[in-house]
Amino acid sequence: MKMFRSSKVIITLLTVALLFAFGTANVFAGKAVPKQKNIILATTTSTQDTGLLDVLIPIFEKQTGYFVKTIAVGSGQAMAMGQKGEADVLLVHSPEAEKKFVADSFGVNRQLVMHNDFVIVGPAADPAKIKGIKNAAESFKKIAAAEALFLSRGDNSGTHSQEKKLWKTSGINPEGQKWYQQTGLGMGQTLNVAAEKKGYTLADRGTYLAMKKNLNLNILVEGDAALLNIYHVMEVNIAKWPKVNAAGAKAFADFMVASKTQSIIKTFGVDKYGSALFFPDAGKKVEDLGK
Amino acid sequence: MNSETLIKIENIILQRGGSTVLDIREFQVQQGRILALIGPNGAGKSTLLLMLAGLLKPRQGKLYFQGRPVENRADLAILRRNAAVVFQEPLLLNSSVFENVALGLKFRRLKNEEIRKSVQSALDYFGISQLAKRSAKTLSGGEAKRVSLARAFAIKPQIILLDEAFNSLDPPSRETIIDDLKRILEETKITAVLASHDREETLRLAQDVSVMNSGKIVQSGKTAEIFNQPDSEFVANFVGTESILEGTVKSSNVGLMQITVAGKSIEAVGDFLPGQNVYCCLRPENVTVSNYTHGKMSARNIFEAKVSKIVRQGFFYKLTLDCGFPLVAYITIPSYEDLGIAKGGTVIASFKATAVHVIRREK
Amino acid sequence: MELIVQGIIKAFQLIISFDPEVLGITWLSLKISGTATFISLFIGISLGTAVALTNFYGKRLVISLINTGMGLPPVVVGLFVTIMIWRNGPLGFLEILYTPYAMIIAQAIIATPIVMGISLAAIQNLSPNLRLQILSLGASRLQMVWVLIKEARLPLLAAVMAGFGGVISEVGASIMVGGNIKGYSRVLTTATVMETGKGNFDIAIALSIILLLLAFLVNLILTQIQQRQHPR
Repeated sequence: MKMFRSSKVIITLLTVALLFAFGTANVFAGKAVPKQKNIILATTTSTQDTGLLDVLIPIFEKQTGYFVKTIAVGSGQAMAMGQKGEADVLLVHSPEAEKKFVADSFGVNRQLVMHNDFVIVGPAADPAKIKGIKNAAESFKKIAAAEALFLSRGDNSGTHSQEKKLWKTSGINPEGQKWYQQTGLGMGQTLNVAAEKKGYTLADRGTYLAMKKNLNLNILVEGDAALLNIYHVMEVNIAKWPKVNAAGAKAFADFMVASKTQSIIKTFGVDKYGSALFFPDAGKKVEDLGK
Repeated sequence: MNSETLIKIENIILQRGGSTVLDIREFQVQQGRILALIGPNGAGKSTLLLMLAGLLKPRQGKLYFQGRPVENRADLAILRRNAAVVFQEPLLLNSSVFENVALGLKFRRLKNEEIRKSVQSALDYFGISQLAKRSAKTLSGGEAKRVSLARAFAIKPQIILLDEAFNSLDPPSRETIIDDLKRILEETKITAVLASHDREETLRLAQDVSVMNSGKIVQSGKTAEIFNQPDSEFVANFVGTESILEGTVKSSNVGLMQITVAGKSIEAVGDFLPGQNVYCCLRPENVTVSNYTHGKMSARNIFEAKVSKIVRQGFFYKLTLDCGFPLVAYITIPSYEDLGIAKGGTVIASFKATAVHVIRREK
Repeated sequence: MELIVQGIIKAFQLIISFDPEVLGITWLSLKISGTATFISLFIGISLGTAVALTNFYGKRLVISLINTGMGLPPVVVGLFVTIMIWRNGPLGFLEILYTPYAMIIAQAIIATPIVMGISLAAIQNLSPNLRLQILSLGASRLQMVWVLIKEARLPLLAAVMAGFGGVISEVGASIMVGGNIKGYSRVLTTATVMETGKGNFDIAIALSIILLLLAFLVNLILTQIQQRQHPR
């Protein structure tokens, strides 16, 4: 009767609950399982949004049996996580901050992985008339002069740091000016906002190309050495934070600079976008970059 | 017939929120009898009822059930299992009538066949077998009340407690349900205690009455006693001032009945059948007192009476008369002086047949 | 408008083709929010009922706290859970940051006050004498509570649906404690945010539609149970 029917419901619910419990256990069906299995990789939104990590991580995991938790937050937050020992390895592109990170002993074994470049994009109408200018800082001056709308990420990411560096070089302080707006968002979203509001922004070529089809922004300035966007991998110092998975971090770093991986990076994006999104640089010197 | 005491209370004092809710020196419920608890709002009737039902544990004082003291939770649980309460609201669950009536039996984990039998007989008692499969939420007030009564009886309790159980019913439903209940109580000999406001209900159902005020019991006794011989002004005011006479219908003709009361014959309007036991209720203001018989009066009830008590009450006098049965009359001060009434004197008491309010009485 | 149509078409395609990634994300959403709702159901209904039926000093204060908890900002919950379970937090040894378990915990914390608050009101709304009536018919404390809960079935199921609705749609805490890791802690809401950020609006809309469908289906089932009437 009524009691019987309600117990049926309970049994069903309990079974489902048990299925949950067992279902999630499958995630850890072992391959060669290393002792500390999880690696927390703190990286930037550009490496995730371009889809590069979606290709590389599974290969790494299959090879080593590690489980990589990719937390894509932006170079600034990534390094903050490293400083607190809440990440094992960083893949970021903010050279000044990185150097300080290593100098403060938070990071060890900083290795060059790849680079691409930044481009300054904006509306086709180009009200500040910066198209074709060779000097990036110069084009920033012109944007300020025209008081044209400029979107900044404003989030201490690698891109944001590079942008600030350019403003410094150009001698302009855009803070507080009404044509300078900070989104606090990732690269993809900032590009969306720029496209929507018909403004200028600094973007890494990879993300721009990946999103190009939905935006109505053109590349207006490119090629300046100051626009090089360099990615390094750093392992968080276990001496500072004993709970860090140093072995896993090293394995990942080694993987990123390994020649096989570097070949994959070299061809990533070619079939989809016509050109590679990143240029592999393991083993090179920073000064030699930029062809 | 000396029936056993089912429940006894001694020296119970119950405080709640700083005020005394119950203060009872001694109180008894006799087995197999029907007791009415009457009193104004806030007198403590419901509280006492809950205590008798085992739903409220007295912190001070003693409670005895079937001679044994109720001291701990286990004892209280035993009392509770042997009692059933019916509240003013039917408090039915959102399921079928059958499920509702079976509720108490289900708690006792009886076998399905046993449950079915008990439910069926409870439904039959109250004449609602045809409602068994109906959803309880669709019942009328009277039907719902029958279901809650059936539910209480289904568990075959030793004592059944009714808290203003008939208040919310319309008069016709009330009439029939009370009759049915009375009949069932007499058949099953289950002890009953009912808290009530309503005098007619009390007269119809109860054999014993206890009057409560401010948590205390101010008078206990048989029903007729309480109504006819209130021992305090409070009780008198509460039970009302009517004379209540026990009688039997001798004959009935075109709406006029002859009722035998204490050997005399009273005429009243109504159409009860001969042999029916009744109460005749008569308000004192409807009794006329005079020195001599008039010629032909419309009053059909004329009796010679001796004046047994005279009490002055404000602007009138209250006379207690003895016509062979007690009668209370009010007369104005001028009339009193005119008639020269004195204690022990003889007067003529008369009242109209239409002034007599007749209620069915079961022995 | 065209974008929405594109989104609907994309949703259709993804569902019909049983796209494994989308299926995985959907199943994970259901598992995580379902488990969290389940937990909140048990804790919420039992505690809510207990508070409703007991009289204790400070009851009003406790009820206000529960009612406030109903409006607890999920992002705040996410932040606090993160701080508790990250490596250097008091519960860091559990190593559950960036796992679905952390998401279940955060979502359960979000849903429980909701279920509790509504259950509390539902039980309080029952006739006060009903409790006594059931006890007088011979019920044990436990039997009485069970009957009351069944009697308040309608608002209690609304409580469960409110709890479920609150967490299936939650994104802030889920991103913070889950990390939106592909194939592991990525659910419909977090994936939608990510795809929007990447500019893949059609996929984002498709995921949103699938989320709405999922929520609708679950609530359809719960509503059936809630509204079940007994034969006239």
